Amino acid sequence: MVKLNVNGAAHDVDVDPATPLLYVLRNDLKLNGAKFGCGLGQCGACTVMVDGEAVFSCLTPAMLVEGRQIRTVEGLGTIDNPGPMQKAFIEEQAAQCGYCIAGMMMRAQALLEAKPNAADADIRQALEPNLCRCGTHMRILRAVARVRDLMQGKSAGLAPAKATGRAS
Amino acid sequence: MKRVWIGVLVLVVACAAGFGAYAWKPAIDPVEPPQRASFDQALIEKGAVLASVGNCTACHTKPGEKSFAGGLAVPTPFGTIYSTNITPDPKTGIGRWSEAAFSRAMREGVDRDGEHLYPAFPFDHFTLVSDEDNKALYAYLMTRRPVENKRPANELPFPLNMRIVLAGWKLLFFNRGAYREDASQSAECNRGAYLVEGLGHCGACHTPRNALGAERKGSHLAGGEAEGWTAFALDASSSAPIPWTHDSLFAYLRQGWQADHGVANGPMAEVTGNLARLPDADISAIATYLTSRMGEPTPERMASSEETRKKLSTDQGGTPIPASATTAGATSRGGAIYQAACASCHDGSRPSPFGGIDFHLSSTIAAPDPQNSINVVLFGLPAASGRQSPIMPGFAATLKDDQVVDLLAYLREAYAAKPAWADAQAKLADTRSGKYQVSVRPSDGIERAPENIGAKD
Repeated sequence: MVKLNVNGAAHDVDVDPATPLLYVLRNDLKLNGAKFGCGLGQCGACTVMVDGEAVFSCLTPAMLVEGRQIRTVEGLGTIDNPGPMQKAFIEEQAAQCGYCIAGMMMRAQALLEAKPNAADADIRQALEPNLCRCGTHMRILRAVARVRDLMQGKSAGLAPAKATGRAS
Repeated sequence: MKRVWIGVLVLVVACAAGFGAYAWKPAIDPVEPPQRASFDQALIEKGAVLASVGNCTACHTKPGEKSFAGGLAVPTPFGTIYSTNITPDPKTGIGRWSEAAFSRAMREGVDRDGEHLYPAFPFDHFTLVSDEDNKALYAYLMTRRPVENKRPANELPFPLNMRIVLAGWKLLFFNRGAYREDASQSAECNRGAYLVEGLGHCGACHTPRNALGAERKGSHLAGGEAEGWTAFALDASSSAPIPWTHDSLFAYLRQGWQADHGVANGPMAEVTGNLARLPDADISAIATYLTSRMGEPTPERMASSEETRKKLSTDQGGTPIPASATTAGATSRGGAIYQAACASCHDGSRPSPFGGIDFHLSSTIAAPDPQNSINVVLFGLPAASGRQSPIMPGFAATLKDDQVVDLLAYLREAYAAKPAWADAQAKLADTRSGKYQVSVRPSDGIERAPENIGAKD
């Protein structure tokens, strides 16, 4: 039995404590936002937040996160009432196939909670562990910059010079 | 009595004058920055290879900034030193340095103005570099793109901020002089020694330093420190479970990994990346010299190596979960973490370098110091950008301190048959907080590398 706190709700889950958090979220708690990509912590599709930090849930045994605050994309908002991060991704149409997007949003959320005024270069660097095979990176970056600016009451978007430039 | 005092005074003045004469170095006249056409192209290309041997870029380039423009903060136990701009910029670089001034800096650790340089610049090794190699290095550096970049002032306390102090340091610890061939050794071994002890300055990281920051002569290549990482011993005290051979060291230096030893991590990844420019003959010479320093392994070490190999074959397909995994001991809790979080790569079927190392082979787990294990567990190994490379995710956000300590205790017991590191907890806390600084960078060329990944600067 593993005790988990996910999106503010307590759960007692009857699994082997070594089960990856990703499997518990998807199979036992039916939270299917986080995706299985590589299972090796190399693609980021499974990214969730633990105590405010982005982690690969595929490599995180459930026993390591007992008593800690786990947050998944379902915790950012609902279909009817999407949160700021989800809204920005919709408004920028940042998803193509969408498989990587939940992970992208969780890593971006962790960044902006730790660093609300993250520079565009910070966003690029923070999202580096997360892969997108469709290639919507520019839209993803725009969406994250949009949330950052809206949270700070500025007009939204990437800085023009850096929108087309390489991370430096 | 008065006469004695006068005698003492005369002696003091004479000593001071003598030291002053030793310490004082003349400025060398500035020159007009030389034109590219004044250098032979072959010489420039030779210099490029030599600059890779010297790993000049590692200190003289700030990650993500222009090559050789300096300004990288080099933390030392005495304060922070900022690397110099060695592009040929006339104002902020070495554009107005003559070849004589460059050679003197390499040979004696003195800049063009006659100021002593801090030994963060390894002139104690570079003094061995031959005149013709200095000539090639000069040709290479003077034909780089000039970058105007004034480095920040060093942050050193009095009296270390007085460069005259360095003359005293040199008097104590510095032997000037070109490399002298050892007639009892082969030409290849001499070539390796020239590269290792001179421009390669391996000892700058792999030799422990004394309280004044000088390499301890009696512990040559006995293991030191670099950018927050342990630089393993390259002498008989090497922690490699399977002793290095010429061929395994050659392969490791040539490709950045070797099946019996794993992948080059931390600052060493950049070193092996740079060595890619060297011809096979030079890599082989380095391997020849270093294995001669390590000496023939003792019979006990060979027996232990054989044991290690046996464990590898029986463990293919997964180490069994320790029987005590459900009890409360530290190693069993660590074993459960290993099985759940690490085994999918480290006990997998994927071979080196993309599969995780079998820890029976790990010099890091067998090492006397836990630092490298801590660094890799917390920060992982960042992927290179733009090419295939080993990668490991960091577990800083996943594992709490006590969980890391349990994991390390398990790895030590299960894979190195050694007791847990006593200082793991304290080192872990300092590493996590950034009090102990660790540089975590991808392996593929510092110019494209982003800022420190995961670790705190």
